[in-house]
Amino acid sequence: MLKESLRMSWQNIKSNKMRTFLTTLGIIIGVAAIITLITTVEGATNEITSQFTELGAGKVSISVSGTALKRGLSDEDIQRISEVDNIMGVDPTVSYTQHVAGDGTLCEDVTIEGRSAAYFSDSDLIGMGRPLTLMDMDRNSRVCVIDSDLHEHLFPNEDPIGKEIVISGLTFRIVGMLSDASGDDVMNAMSAMMGGNTNGKAIIPYQTALRLTQSNSVTSLTLYLKDTDLSDETISDVESVLNAAFNYRDNAYRVINLDSLLDTMNTMTGMMTTMLAGIASIALLVGGIGIMNMMLVSVSERTMEIGLRKALGAKPSLIQTQFLIESVMLSLIGGVVGIAIGILLSVLIAGWIGMEFTLSTSAITLAFTFSATVGILFGWAPARKASRLNPIDALRSM
Amino acid sequence: MSNVILSMRGITKQYQMGEETQTVLRGIDLDVKQGEFVAVLGPSGSGKSTLMNIIGCLDTPTSGSYILHGRDVSSLDEDDLANVRNKEIGFIFQSFQLLQRQDALQNVELPLIYSGMHTHDRTARAKQMLERVGLSDKLHHFPNQLSGGQQQRVAIARALANNPTILLADEPTGALDQKTGKQVMSLFHDLNEEGNTIIMITHDIGIARHAKRIVRILDGNLTEGVAEDA
Repeated sequence: MLKESLRMSWQNIKSNKMRTFLTTLGIIIGVAAIITLITTVEGATNEITSQFTELGAGKVSISVSGTALKRGLSDEDIQRISEVDNIMGVDPTVSYTQHVAGDGTLCEDVTIEGRSAAYFSDSDLIGMGRPLTLMDMDRNSRVCVIDSDLHEHLFPNEDPIGKEIVISGLTFRIVGMLSDASGDDVMNAMSAMMGGNTNGKAIIPYQTALRLTQSNSVTSLTLYLKDTDLSDETISDVESVLNAAFNYRDNAYRVINLDSLLDTMNTMTGMMTTMLAGIASIALLVGGIGIMNMMLVSVSERTMEIGLRKALGAKPSLIQTQFLIESVMLSLIGGVVGIAIGILLSVLIAGWIGMEFTLSTSAITLAFTFSATVGILFGWAPARKASRLNPIDALRSM
Repeated sequence: MSNVILSMRGITKQYQMGEETQTVLRGIDLDVKQGEFVAVLGPSGSGKSTLMNIIGCLDTPTSGSYILHGRDVSSLDEDDLANVRNKEIGFIFQSFQLLQRQDALQNVELPLIYSGMHTHDRTARAKQMLERVGLSDKLHHFPNQLSGGQQQRVAIARALANNPTILLADEPTGALDQKTGKQVMSLFHDLNEEGNTIIMITHDIGIARHAKRIVRILDGNLTEGVAEDA
């Protein structure tokens, strides 16, 4: 009996192709919009999140602008910060631009970065050779790690390890090279934007760098946390150390926590997704009303048919089921077409903004359930109307 | 009395028209025996359509008893009435009432679907019925590809499908020309010869004469036999 109802509904939908298309258009647009919006926003969020994570979860950046009396952090300040609970490592950064000579070649505008051993805790950072170690720091060894840009400029097609370069009159031995995929793309891009390196960079122990720049304070510091869940407490501990160091002056420093930034961003994108999905559901609602309208027209048009079916022995419940099946079928057709269009649009958009396309199953499930619900909800009243038709009136109406 | 398959006693039907109560049937008594061919003859407004609806279990009487095939059907609910219509009554309408989007075979299968017959048996039964009315070569024609007479024969095949107790025909020749009308009436004769009980509602005395027994209905009262005029 159910099979018959399905067949009859399908036959009726098929014989009204144009009308079926127009009726389901609302559902198609609604579902396509929901799929596209959710997939795109989700994809963009994933993209940004993964970039942030690459930059470093569990990293806290401190940038110091200092006060008139005190330009930056002293060794003692850094020591005190490193003693705060939950701090795994402290990486002071000194960065400036200098020319570098090697093998008789002079290279202008090279970024010299003074860093501590903690910076190299990420093992992916080094592509060749070894990182700078604690021993290098303690001894103020004249060793450095260069990136591939500088390698290209100074020693093209040669193994750079063991070669020597001259920075500010001092000779440094190259012990390692950064890997190309060192995950610092965003940082590099940022420093490039701020008028920084164009010809590669060399990383040297930070104390050596301080001496070379003839300053004794650090203005940029990265903290590595043991437990990222405790970042809020750790940051407030660090802040009290910093406040003491700068005599409680306002705006002496800034703490940037990537984790909390990420949290804020997730909340924002979550809200945005909900809002966009909400707007798209209005389209679905309108689509549902379209289906209800079509079903009501269909009931009036088929009054004689309904009367005949009843005269031949169809029970009211069966008539109701048949019309309900028809409206659910209509909205599911709209749903499937809408999902297909939505996926197509998402792929196009992902390609257009250069983002990886990920199929959101939750969006598809949502769209499918939504369209089936719309079919049942808006098909119910017309189906009920059909089942209650009096067969005598219905037969006479022709 | 064992072969009486339809028995009506004191059937009345009233409609409430605002303040007024309109009485359409005023105490109808009617017995129909197995194998009879009865014409119910009456002008429009005489109550013959209302009587047909009650005989066909499309409507229930205001009062009175109606025993069909040994069962009191005067106060059944909608679902039970649907069952009775499906099993006991074969409807034949003036304007055929075929589903335009289904072919002849599917139209005949319709009552069999509602009685829950399996697909295979159903198709076989429907084919057999269409053969019986002489349309074995038109199984897959759609109604708009058939002449009026052929459409009415499809409708008759559909009425026969569930082997009903009564064939109930409402002005079966009303939409047909004289020649085709005669062919349909001769089919009715044959079906009656084979033992089918037929009740035919008509306003046309010429058509009513094809039946073996005529009852007249006028102003909601039923009288037996052909009156002096005609």
